[in-house]
Amino acid sequence: MHGRRSIILLMVALLLITLTLGGCGGNSQPAKTAEPAKKSEPSQSGPLLLNGAGATFPYPLYSKWFDEYTKVNSNVRINYQSIGSGGGINQITQKTVNFGASDGPMTDEQLSKAPGEILHIPTTSGAVAVAYNLPGIQSGLKLDAATLADIYLGKIKKWNDSRLTKLNPDLKLPATDIVVVHRSDGSGTTFIFTDYLSQVSAEWKEKVGKSTSVKWPTGLGGKGNEGVAGQILQTPGGIGYVELAYALQNKIAYAQLKNQAGKFIEPSLPATTVAAAGMADKMPADLRVSIVNSPAPDAYPIVGFTWILIYKNQDDPVKGKAVVDMLWWAIHDGQKYAEPLHYARLPEQVVKLNEAKIKSINYQGKSLLSQ
Amino acid sequence: MTIRPNLIRPQSSHQWQDQSFRLLTLVFALAMLGLVGLMVLELLQGSWLSLLRFGWSFLTDADWDPVFENFGALPFLYGTLISSLLALSIALPVSLGIALFLTEIAPQWLYRPISFVVELLAAIPSVVYGLWGLFVLAPWVRTHLQPVLSRFFGYLPFFQGPALGVGMLSAGLILAVMITPIVTAISREVIMAVPTSQREAALALGATRWEMIRLAILPYARSGLLGAVLLGLGRALGETMAVTMVIGNRPEIAISLFAPGYSMASVIANEFSEATYALYLSALMEIGLLLFGVTMLLNFLARLMLWRLTGAVAGTRE
Repeated sequence: MHGRRSIILLMVALLLITLTLGGCGGNSQPAKTAEPAKKSEPSQSGPLLLNGAGATFPYPLYSKWFDEYTKVNSNVRINYQSIGSGGGINQITQKTVNFGASDGPMTDEQLSKAPGEILHIPTTSGAVAVAYNLPGIQSGLKLDAATLADIYLGKIKKWNDSRLTKLNPDLKLPATDIVVVHRSDGSGTTFIFTDYLSQVSAEWKEKVGKSTSVKWPTGLGGKGNEGVAGQILQTPGGIGYVELAYALQNKIAYAQLKNQAGKFIEPSLPATTVAAAGMADKMPADLRVSIVNSPAPDAYPIVGFTWILIYKNQDDPVKGKAVVDMLWWAIHDGQKYAEPLHYARLPEQVVKLNEAKIKSINYQGKSLLSQ
Repeated sequence: MTIRPNLIRPQSSHQWQDQSFRLLTLVFALAMLGLVGLMVLELLQGSWLSLLRFGWSFLTDADWDPVFENFGALPFLYGTLISSLLALSIALPVSLGIALFLTEIAPQWLYRPISFVVELLAAIPSVVYGLWGLFVLAPWVRTHLQPVLSRFFGYLPFFQGPALGVGMLSAGLILAVMITPIVTAISREVIMAVPTSQREAALALGATRWEMIRLAILPYARSGLLGAVLLGLGRALGETMAVTMVIGNRPEIAISLFAPGYSMASVIANEFSEATYALYLSALMEIGLLLFGVTMLLNFLARLMLWRLTGAVAGTRE
């Protein structure tokens, strides 16, 4: 008996070792693991599994969508991993997923590395609120583009700077230091915010630029929306940017921004949709477009799209068709789930542009859309 | 050793068990070595692009700019080392004090609750420490600690600049809190392992309690205490979440402890998921390699120190 137990133990141990070594072997060859996603399994019964990966910003909306979509089309299951936009771009480039997602559009260089033509489908848009902490001033702070840029460039250091008091004649701004806060983790929110500053300030564009992480001229870094908001709330004189959804849910004071038309606009979901609509007729054909600083009179200026990335020429008719149908649903019926989750609806004009894109997705030249 | 063919015979089942157990543990031990080797290999492979592009200047360049594709690790290296050393210099005296109090002074009824609470501190997840650091510690540092420090020690360059709360000082403090339990627990075990005869001998020679601790216990426990310090330092070097929350995440080298800084583990955690191009990813990998190297080097130096120390002591005794 004694001997037999030890034999069993030994066998279990050996099995474990083989398994771990086998696992290691698989990981060291990422190129090979890319294969299965491409192969079709039309004969397989049970739901079809689609894989997506990428942006974290739209994750709450996407997980709601993919959950609701299985109720509409029970043949499809969608597994979305919010690993970040960089990961999403990498995975779609390597074809390890059926669709990618990103908060910033792919660059020309990134597109040229992909094995096929990748389409950008805007799925929703979000606004970035400029939150602040000034004791006694709960709302009504007004900022314009140049002032905001100079605060983040470290040129305006005090709250009672003449440029700020000129914008806010009815507020009694204190003589305290401005404590600038930004995101320390790479994020789509940072991309939209720095995209805005690059558009409105030549100096920012030249010195800092736009990206999911940049070299900040001044300020403290907070991790995530909660880190930035926490830092602002803890520091009198703090200013920082957070996702609008986060500011709304946590009742943080945020500023009104002067838009291109000269109006001071509070960040809101309708003002975000208006901003996207205002840019619609100027959109480039590939929809890789920045919608910050929209010319529409009621637009909030710091807003951005988030995109789903998909190959125009699909390798697999079954999975390709499933993704296309899901996307079609998302930009139409799926839009009603956006606002309850604090995402802005796509404007009608952008839905039209998306429709044309989705219709162009094909397998061997044949459109995959059901309609 | 060779495995003899008669091992599989039932009558020698005990010997068989011995052999297979030896083999099994050997495999596990070698797997550990293999794991470290694989890690270094993967890190080297991942950071190859950055190694080729920046070479040694990666270590001396203080500029980290993902937009203009220039990466230097110096501020992160500095931040990790300073915050960890600061933490150690705060935590070591405290931990040693707790350990000595528990083993030499505390009555039995106090011993158990204190050691229980100290060990409990080790079980708190680091993200909880981080949020506590951001919402409780940092504001306290800003409103209480920093004004006092700058008032009494403001002439020193370490305590100058605006009081922001978050920064190197807060990072050091939170790391000190986090490594205290492990340093305390190991120091306590090490001190308890000092033979009673050692203590009695010192006391019999007329030593006071303090002299007994200084002359009989600490020299005896030295190598074990160094082990405790190393484990604490290891945890401080690699700590990510809690540090990220309170260090201020600013890649800058400032003498003042009030100023924000950045650590190697933090920048990896912050930027890895959104690193959108190969060189950027590779630079982050190289930071990981560097962190690995720093940990190894510090371990090596500590062992060297210990070896010199015990060698010298042995020399004087003979």
